[in-house]
Amino acid sequence: MSVYLPRDSAAVSIGADEVAAAITAADPALSPLRTGARGLYALEPLVEVDHGDRRIGFGPVTAAAVPGLVEALRHPDTGHPLRIGDVDTLLADQGQNRFTCRRLGRVVPDDWDDFVAHGGTRGLRRALDMERQSIVDAVTASGLRGRGGAGFPTGRKWQTVLDADGPGKVIVCNADEGDSGTFADRMLMEGDPLALIEGMAIAGIAVGAVHGYIYLRCEYPAARASLLTALDIARHNGLLGADVLGAGHTFDIELRMGAGVYICGEETSLLESLEGHRGEVRFKPPLPAIRGFMGRPTVVNNVVTLATVPAILADGAEAYATLGHGKSRGTLTVQLCGNVRRPGLYEVPFGVSLADVIDELGGGTASGRAVRAVQAGGPLGAYLPASALDVPLDYEALAERGGMIGHGGIVVFDDTVDMAEQARFAMEFCAIESCGKCTPCRIGSVRAQEVIDRIVDGEARESNTALLRELCETMIQGSLCAHGGMAPHPVLSALNHFPDDFNRQAVGS
Amino acid sequence: MTTEESDGTLPSTIAAICRRHSGREGPLLAILHDVQDTFGHIPDEAVRHVAYTLNLTRAEVHGVVRFYTDFHAEPARAHRLKVCRAEACQAVGGRAVWAAAQALSAVPDGRVEIEPVYCLGNCPCGPSAQWDGRTLGRMTPERVHELVAAANGGMPS
Repeated sequence: MSVYLPRDSAAVSIGADEVAAAITAADPALSPLRTGARGLYALEPLVEVDHGDRRIGFGPVTAAAVPGLVEALRHPDTGHPLRIGDVDTLLADQGQNRFTCRRLGRVVPDDWDDFVAHGGTRGLRRALDMERQSIVDAVTASGLRGRGGAGFPTGRKWQTVLDADGPGKVIVCNADEGDSGTFADRMLMEGDPLALIEGMAIAGIAVGAVHGYIYLRCEYPAARASLLTALDIARHNGLLGADVLGAGHTFDIELRMGAGVYICGEETSLLESLEGHRGEVRFKPPLPAIRGFMGRPTVVNNVVTLATVPAILADGAEAYATLGHGKSRGTLTVQLCGNVRRPGLYEVPFGVSLADVIDELGGGTASGRAVRAVQAGGPLGAYLPASALDVPLDYEALAERGGMIGHGGIVVFDDTVDMAEQARFAMEFCAIESCGKCTPCRIGSVRAQEVIDRIVDGEARESNTALLRELCETMIQGSLCAHGGMAPHPVLSALNHFPDDFNRQAVGS
Repeated sequence: MTTEESDGTLPSTIAAICRRHSGREGPLLAILHDVQDTFGHIPDEAVRHVAYTLNLTRAEVHGVVRFYTDFHAEPARAHRLKVCRAEACQAVGGRAVWAAAQALSAVPDGRVEIEPVYCLGNCPCGPSAQWDGRTLGRMTPERVHELVAAANGGMPS
């Protein structure tokens, strides 16, 4: 019988280590194995115990509750107020389809045998039996799109790199997960880092690259530690190295750390940073797939994207492509947070409605007040009003509403939110994190804050509002990358859907 | 911790760090991380030696140090508290946590560097902060006061 408890940094941030220590102190035989998190953060710290082939969960557990829990852990079929039953059944009942996150929270991240026993290396072994072109074809057929935010078809990107001439092709994993409201990359890197490594190895073999980089943000020290250990384990077991799984291919990965700059999540800025420069964005074209790291053909993919690839190869492209909605195939790792009762990671097929995610999975607001606004797709995503949430989660459907899927982050605000403040913050954030290369973003974001202040102060409201809209248009049309080009979206959506918030003086007087 | 007054030590330390990364492509950020881990910050003197070793201009290395929020050209206080200011934390009371932290950063001779951060990936357990690299969830203004007061030796805030 084994007891499990996440070492996931968010679970640890609310007391998982203290719970682990309390369990070990109560009965060393129950000392928990540390796993990734399931994503059910309202139940964290979530203790699980084997019971037959099921895992019975108890949560949220505090260190103080442990003495009263020990008997229940020994006899998990007996009742306990914190008992939530079989965790996998709970996930299935929520409509989750754990395709990418199949091992997350189930395996011990540092345990190679556990990884293999739960399907690890199956995808890579399949890939090693295939021609390069067939691997790329499988990824294309799966319909997988870049989960970092842009939603570009992954297979097409790989095809470009496969077709590109030149030695020294590179696989770069963008692990600079900077968007507020997103944490799926972090969870995977902490909880199933070998999946990412396996995905990068498949990418390398598919396009003919022998070297990979993971560019990780330095706000994630636990992910760094987890990846460094996993890279060692991968080399030790032949997943990386001069002869990957004995099939004659060479592939290895170097972990590189960012240094606290949001814009380095933009792929060309990331490449500049990886090369040792200031993370200023590059002009496109040329695409990184043609001229990326050090001018060489480069695949730049997000963590979730790359970690999905082994499962696609293992189960077949069809298994993934049958899930989903419209042109959005497969599953989305929804990261639900902000003012919700049950925040967390929910991996669901594309097409579920945003309202259902918030109400059914999230349980509505944590405050019990009405939902007023939802920001989907990160800090550059539009704010959707409560009336616009009946929309399927699908890249195109959300775009039609002016929103975006982005990296799958959904941040819920209740009716206490001041949308003029949120609009101003969007521009403040844009200014702070602007790389400074192009004028619309560098200057526009500063001027926009001043104009918003004037509007809120009631100074020439009409003409200043017109000016703000014009400025937003200039930024959208004239910025070099999505940072300046999309920061106006939360501002314009706030202005369009919540005009009264910009008009408080007049309303109040 | 090695400091720059130990004459001759800094250049040899920098040389050793650069050697450790030789053979890597584009190693400047990795080198600067190591320099900062060794000295606590990235002194001007180090910039000069890194530039010399990598055959870059001092301006280029200086420009990189200044571009990245987490590279510090000046010595830092004993502790570092990063408080998340981003949207997901704002939705659950993060603005009040940041305001409390900001007010405390004005304490003269305080022992805590207080910095904003834009997402720690701890969103489902927000408001979030990071104390010397350890992520803390469900922060409150009161907990910020306690942490900072304890580090300042019970100094009234």
